[in-house]
Amino acid sequence: MTTQTAPAPSGAEADQQAEFDARIAADQRIEPRDWMPEGYRRTLVRQVSQHAHSEIIGMQPEGDWIASAPSLRRKAILLAKVQDEAGHGLYLYAAAETLGVDRADLTQRLIEGRQKYSSIFNYPSLTFADVGVIGWLVDGAAICNQVPLCRSSFGPYARAMVRICKEESFHQRQGYELLMRMMEGTEAQRAMVQDAVDRWWWPSLMMFGPPDADSPNTRQSMAWRIKRDTNDELRQKFVDMTVPQARKLGVTLPDPELAWNDERGHYDFGEPDWVEFKQVISGAGPKNAERIQRRRAAHEKGAWVREAATAYADKHSAGRTTA
Amino acid sequence: MSGDHIYDVLAQEHGGDGRWAFGTGFTDALAGVDTTLPEGVDGQDLALYCQMLGDDALVQAQRLIGWVTDAPELEEEVALANIALDLLGQARSLLARAGQADGSGRDEDAFAYRRGPAEFRNVHLAEAPRGDFARAVLTLLVLSSARLAVFTRLAHSRDPVLSAVAAKAVNELAYHREYAVAWTLRLGDGTPYSHERAAAAVADVWPLTGELFAACPVEERLAAQGVGVDPAAARQEVHEVLTQVLTAATLDAPGPFPDPVVAGREGRHTAELAPLLEEMQSVARAHPEATW
Repeated sequence: MTTQTAPAPSGAEADQQAEFDARIAADQRIEPRDWMPEGYRRTLVRQVSQHAHSEIIGMQPEGDWIASAPSLRRKAILLAKVQDEAGHGLYLYAAAETLGVDRADLTQRLIEGRQKYSSIFNYPSLTFADVGVIGWLVDGAAICNQVPLCRSSFGPYARAMVRICKEESFHQRQGYELLMRMMEGTEAQRAMVQDAVDRWWWPSLMMFGPPDADSPNTRQSMAWRIKRDTNDELRQKFVDMTVPQARKLGVTLPDPELAWNDERGHYDFGEPDWVEFKQVISGAGPKNAERIQRRRAAHEKGAWVREAATAYADKHSAGRTTA
Repeated sequence: MSGDHIYDVLAQEHGGDGRWAFGTGFTDALAGVDTTLPEGVDGQDLALYCQMLGDDALVQAQRLIGWVTDAPELEEEVALANIALDLLGQARSLLARAGQADGSGRDEDAFAYRRGPAEFRNVHLAEAPRGDFARAVLTLLVLSSARLAVFTRLAHSRDPVLSAVAAKAVNELAYHREYAVAWTLRLGDGTPYSHERAAAAVADVWPLTGELFAACPVEERLAAQGVGVDPAAARQEVHEVLTQVLTAATLDAPGPFPDPVVAGREGRHTAELAPLLEEMQSVARAHPEATW
């Protein structure tokens, strides 16, 4: 296998490229100090940092409900979950830093809107049922996307994903368990769950990215084994996994075209609104501005605290110099 | 490495607690602890005392939650969420104990969601406005130091539940205090601006410290029976700790604590508590018949 973006190499670089290609072909891991083509490094920086940003921005829609969670058990579960997401962001920034970028710079790119994050988090969370549905559908879709990344060719990313996937699968079950409980509750609770499913179903399907025919990065990423499955394959896997769960829960997925196809051995389903997808990605979603603004405000408001920590560390790094 | 089997696991039936992230600890906070009331102890007194200690933790946790997605650094969001989780855990055990002690059988949520401000027994410092990061750090420094001193003594309580809760909480509180000390040093001895913010936070927080060492009659009675702790017993020790930390942080230690005055322990609160509870209880109160 050869990579398509590398310029025609010569001499030592050709050897390095050949070794890199051989390792990818043999399904071996690339580690930070190994030689890698510039395009591979760039693609990974983009993907890993977008993933880190998604974890951090993803704290907000559910974080909004911690303060008013309706039982102390749910409050603790939700707080622990949102805390896990901050932790995931931290591992992923650390994985990105092994590629020679700086976390402070990545944060700057996020709050200036120069780097993207998962567009799903630009939708609002309107009721407490959204907490359950985000856990079930959004974390469920994230897991489908992320499980194959545990075998990504870049070592630090793959290792971070193993831990993240384990935690995400707990989150998904907790979300589902909340929904089960709510469906056994009052009529109003059941209506809240169905309403949340109606709002989150299509955005969840969009989490797998555009259809394969319109996904410019997929082919190269798969050749480099950064990615393992196409967007459409993962979307299908998610639908097949989710339909029986929805049935057990007693909710209706808002897609009249959803039906089992015996011949394919998969569910058929309708087409997400790709126009809306592009709008949200390009910044015109319901919450884009607010999400970034909140992160930016926290960052700017905290600047004096970070400066204090640096000043203190500088004063005390050269031994005891207390006045 | 193959991870594809996770898909199959996800599609399985969701039975059994063993596979949930936080086990069963979230459902029965007092599992395995002897819950019989110690001889001669008034159940109503014990229930009120558990609410005092539980409400301090619950209200403080509710304030700390505001920092999640709003802290100066991601590490601080993780740490403050962790501290809030510890306090929430302490509150849950104590409020569950209150419902056993008063014979009402009320659960933790009945206490958290179905009492009004006048029935909350927390000290004013726990409900005080969140303020800036320096204020959060100084509040945490004072509350964790005082609570650690009280809980260290409470670990020897004749009540097996209080004793178990306190023994577990002591390790948590020692970490909370350590975190607050580290940041007090950085802010006090960081930049001139952070020093100014930290000094302002000390000035804001200090007037609220007197109440932490004021014993109400319930605390006095239970302390005399070896069940509760008279907070006045911790006053000197906490003062020494705080003076030492503030001095190391190049901040002026503001002298003795103000006079002890009982207020929150008897349900008298500042205007800050009602909106805090209103937010916390909003969903639960909108759906009184619901189960979550």
